[in-house]
Amino acid sequence: MPYASPRYAAAPPGQSGERHPVVIVGGGMVGLTAALDLARHGQPVVVLDDDDTVSIGSRAICYAKRTLEIYDRLGLGARLMDKGVVWNRGRVFFGERQVYDFDLLPEAGHRFPAFVNLQQYYLEEWLVEACHATGQVDLRWKHKVVGLTHDAAGATVSVQTPNGDYTLHADWLLAADGARSFVRETLGLPFVGKIFRDRFLIADVTMQAPFPPERWFWFDPPFHHGGSVLLHRQADQVWRIDFQLGWDADPDVERDPERVRARVRAMLGPDVAFDLEWVSIYTFRCRRLERFRHGRVLFLGDAAHQVSPFGARGGNAGVQDADNLVWKLDLVLRGAAPEALLDSYDAERVPANDENILNSTRSTDFITPKNAAARAYRDAVLELAAEFPFARSLVNSGRLSRPAVLTGSPLNTGDRDHWSGGVPPGAPAVDAPVQHNGAEDWLLRHLATGQFTQLRFEPPVVGAASPTVFVTATPCPGALHDAHGLAAARYDAQPGTTILLRPDQHVAGRWRQHDPARLRQAMETARAC
Amino acid sequence: MLILDPNLSDPDAVFAALMEAHRDLSPEQSRRLDARLVLLLANHIGDAAVIQAAIAIAGQPVSIGKSALDAHSDNEAS
Repeated sequence: MPYASPRYAAAPPGQSGERHPVVIVGGGMVGLTAALDLARHGQPVVVLDDDDTVSIGSRAICYAKRTLEIYDRLGLGARLMDKGVVWNRGRVFFGERQVYDFDLLPEAGHRFPAFVNLQQYYLEEWLVEACHATGQVDLRWKHKVVGLTHDAAGATVSVQTPNGDYTLHADWLLAADGARSFVRETLGLPFVGKIFRDRFLIADVTMQAPFPPERWFWFDPPFHHGGSVLLHRQADQVWRIDFQLGWDADPDVERDPERVRARVRAMLGPDVAFDLEWVSIYTFRCRRLERFRHGRVLFLGDAAHQVSPFGARGGNAGVQDADNLVWKLDLVLRGAAPEALLDSYDAERVPANDENILNSTRSTDFITPKNAAARAYRDAVLELAAEFPFARSLVNSGRLSRPAVLTGSPLNTGDRDHWSGGVPPGAPAVDAPVQHNGAEDWLLRHLATGQFTQLRFEPPVVGAASPTVFVTATPCPGALHDAHGLAAARYDAQPGTTILLRPDQHVAGRWRQHDPARLRQAMETARAC
Repeated sequence: MLILDPNLSDPDAVFAALMEAHRDLSPEQSRRLDARLVLLLANHIGDAAVIQAAIAIAGQPVSIGKSALDAHSDNEAS
């Protein structure tokens, strides 16, 4: 059954001059994620969206492991797993042959897979429901931002609605209004980068087909000579197919459904029946704002940065933006941290997004060779990759989204002790299977929401700071039992090891022995105090 | 022994550096660049047996896909 978009009732106009601590422009995936996270921190939020429904068509589809962990923290992990299509395996084909395949989650003992594929509209619909359930999110559909000024005290926003216009004041304004961000354009902020001279066709088709839930990437297949093709399975028997068309393709011609059907038929063979759900032609850019914080206006998601789709680094980056920003804004709103803490949003998310842009640019350069030499190298890599493992590491059909490691963040307390691996400062916490009161459980589920958590690998200590999670190698009341030894192994922990985790579950610092003074100091550093 | 398992610390960066070196070169200039590169790297390797082993693999007939130049001209036409 095809998806039916919900229609949300237009909200009545606000009272001119109303004031709010946080206003989010854009009720898409990233704006709604930030709204839900803020609400779960106890902060009231107003969301302005110029539409009255969820995203239409084929947008973000691949949710990475870290994103699943973030949504689990926000209460949506189980829903994503139930509805989404789980996959860990990718295959690369060149010409008529498979060159190699890879497993993105090669070790056991992980709660979430490398990726779940799901149409963005489902996630947005659930986010809307979850936002409503908090009672803290004022979602205003059909409220279009048409003007904006800002100063040190916040932003004044002019809003147009079908039933009248009004202005409101936001102490903090979050711009999550997408690649064509009105907020960004109104502030006249340069959004510079690289445009790629290539066109791609996206066709979403519904079919009963024997393809397993894997990512299949073809270079120069017999059914689409000279181009590349990417196949992903989504929920509801919907497959997404990307055809590389080249820069000279005429979008108006290529959009013709009959022409698209012919391309799909050539790929699937004459015996597979399918329905065309969605067709679009796109080009892409890799670019970002110079800074994501502009006083009390903060940019998230596509409004702040754009990448090519290869690597699933758009939506996943936007979710990590929200994850990074919200706890900081919450502390500032509570007066528990100085406004300067928000500068670390730039310091952490700009390098993270540069990494996405770099990887996405390199993938695109591999997929679309710029000249004969580049194509010769690429094809040589693909030929050699079938037989020789070294060449497989050079095949680049998209370096798939990995969680950002915030190396060099001013909020990190650097290591003083000796570590052999583990989870260094700036890296996101790694999950591990544990036992809780004798039942199978997961470590990350026990981290506090909205607070710093101490993770201590020792039996519970009376008078420990709250919240603290104790992990022990043998069963011990009040501690998580590391029955498989994986928590200790993944954190390179020994008895006494203490890890300080931020509210977004990134490591702020780690020590071989618990030291309250050092922890206090690290906590201040991590709050920019 | 010719190493055929992954041995590059940052494969994507090396590939990107090669692409950058070839950018804006004519086909003749590209071939010359590659020849110089091979000679430099061969000297670095030193061991003639290793270089012979690499030549043997690189010279094998292409078993999959098409030759680079054919594929390129195909693409230009379509």
